[in-house]
Amino acid sequence: MITPALAISALTRDYDGQPAVKGISFTIAPGEIFGLLGPNGAGKSTTINMITGVARLGGGRIEVFGFDNQRDYRITRRLVGVMHQELVVDSFFTIDQTLSFHAGYYGVKVEPAWRETLIERLGLGPHRHKVMVKLSGGLKRRFMIAKAMLHKPRLLILDEPTAGVDVELRHALWEFVREINRAGTTILLTTHYLEEAEQMCGRIGIMHHGELIALEATGALVERLGTRGVEVHFHQVLTALPAELAAWGARLDATGRIVTLTLPPAQTAGDLLALLCRLGLPVADLETRRPGLEEVFLQITRDVPINGGNDP
Amino acid sequence: MSERLPEFNPWLPFLALLEKEVRRFLRVASQTLVTPVVTAALYLFIFGATLGTRFSVLEGFSYAQFVIPGLILMAIINNAFANTSTSLFMSRYLGSIVDLLVTPITPTQFILAYTLAAILRGLAVGAVVWLISLPFATLPWAHPPLVLAMALLASFLFAQFGLIVAIYADSFDALAMYSNFVLLPLIYLGGVFYPISILPPAWAALSHLNPLFYLIDGFRHALLGQGDLSFATAFTVSALLAVTLFAWAALLIGRSYRLRT
Repeated sequence: MITPALAISALTRDYDGQPAVKGISFTIAPGEIFGLLGPNGAGKSTTINMITGVARLGGGRIEVFGFDNQRDYRITRRLVGVMHQELVVDSFFTIDQTLSFHAGYYGVKVEPAWRETLIERLGLGPHRHKVMVKLSGGLKRRFMIAKAMLHKPRLLILDEPTAGVDVELRHALWEFVREINRAGTTILLTTHYLEEAEQMCGRIGIMHHGELIALEATGALVERLGTRGVEVHFHQVLTALPAELAAWGARLDATGRIVTLTLPPAQTAGDLLALLCRLGLPVADLETRRPGLEEVFLQITRDVPINGGNDP
Repeated sequence: MSERLPEFNPWLPFLALLEKEVRRFLRVASQTLVTPVVTAALYLFIFGATLGTRFSVLEGFSYAQFVIPGLILMAIINNAFANTSTSLFMSRYLGSIVDLLVTPITPTQFILAYTLAAILRGLAVGAVVWLISLPFATLPWAHPPLVLAMALLASFLFAQFGLIVAIYADSFDALAMYSNFVLLPLIYLGGVFYPISILPPAWAALSHLNPLFYLIDGFRHALLGQGDLSFATAFTVSALLAVTLFAWAALLIGRSYRLRT
């Protein structure tokens, strides 16, 4: 059996008596890109903090490539690289100096070629001798990504890596992440850009109120829970929406020629066409929208009120 | 990227943190080195050039000779304390402490790196204060190895106190409070400017509860060859206090108290 890159079992954590993580369990296989999603306050950052050692474990167990992250912390912390969500830098030093210190904290000498690759790929070259306090927010975030990758971790955790990063760099970053993943690095990422998660992640876990409420392959999740939107154009104006269509949740637009609806999971576009034929409605065109992760995410989290605060 | 892990040097985390801490205080040398030296130079001018030769509080020594060991030790203590307390508190306050928490650095390495940097800063400032004092008075340097031992002990002890304060302080105000309302009175009432033996008996007895008294008296004894206490007493009490504070700091940092959430 292959040792998982990350194995979390029955993980819990409370803050001041309030449960932030409620006994979640999941594993990530070596070489995966795994997306951990959820609204603010879902417990994602707390989970990541427990994996990396920033937060104590309330209960449960975390193993990184088979090593216990409490008992064998000197090994697991070398295996993990993390880019935290908050922009935190040491204002005293330049990018170059800080990268050197950071490699040292991990007990490794900086490999010059790898360091240059990171600086070049993340567009930090012109800024490497600037002190942190003079960097823009986007540059600080790029630097934090370089810092997370510097010691060549086998599990890279990226917590909202593209927040506040311009579109061009965002694409370049994801391409870089794919490259290092192809080279064998396992990736755990969180992002609020669900389209990115859908494109990047082989599997998705969705957290809400400290619980893992969904966990499966991205495609299967979208297929199982995704609902497809349909727009039907008619040759003639409808004066009223037929009751059969209203029962599917359809809406008639102001022109009376277009009906929009969401196909229930059990129904197909063919079922809808058959219904329209039975009703004798003259269909001019029919457009379907592919289901997306965003819809799935909204669907499975909408019933529970979103805690508008921060992760504890 | 992950074909193999780079070779791990278990003491590199300590060396990296030590280098970072030393570079930190060198980078802001105007605050961390120059300012304390200027302050000490003012004290030296007041107590050395103006009053220093006019009277004596210790038989056989001018007042300047008496006060200079205290001023040197005060500089060592203040700077060792300031280095650990400010640096660790800023890391906690700004959140950059996570850069260390996610790495394989051990609690022992963490304490040693912060402590050694504080000792270096304390000794550097103390040495400059001594150099500046040369035109005002010549010290006999009665027991040079003991001078070094007391200087190391004082800077070590106050490096630990700085770590403890940095962990307990919740704000810059709290940090300043420890410095202004704990450290400063202890130093001023610990015998920097006067020998405890000239105080009324009740005040002299009370001064024996001040841990700074033992450090200052031991350091002065090592430099001048005379003190209110025997050197062994001063050193032993100071060493016990240093071990206690080290144990306290080690307990807090070992448990990551107020460092990890």
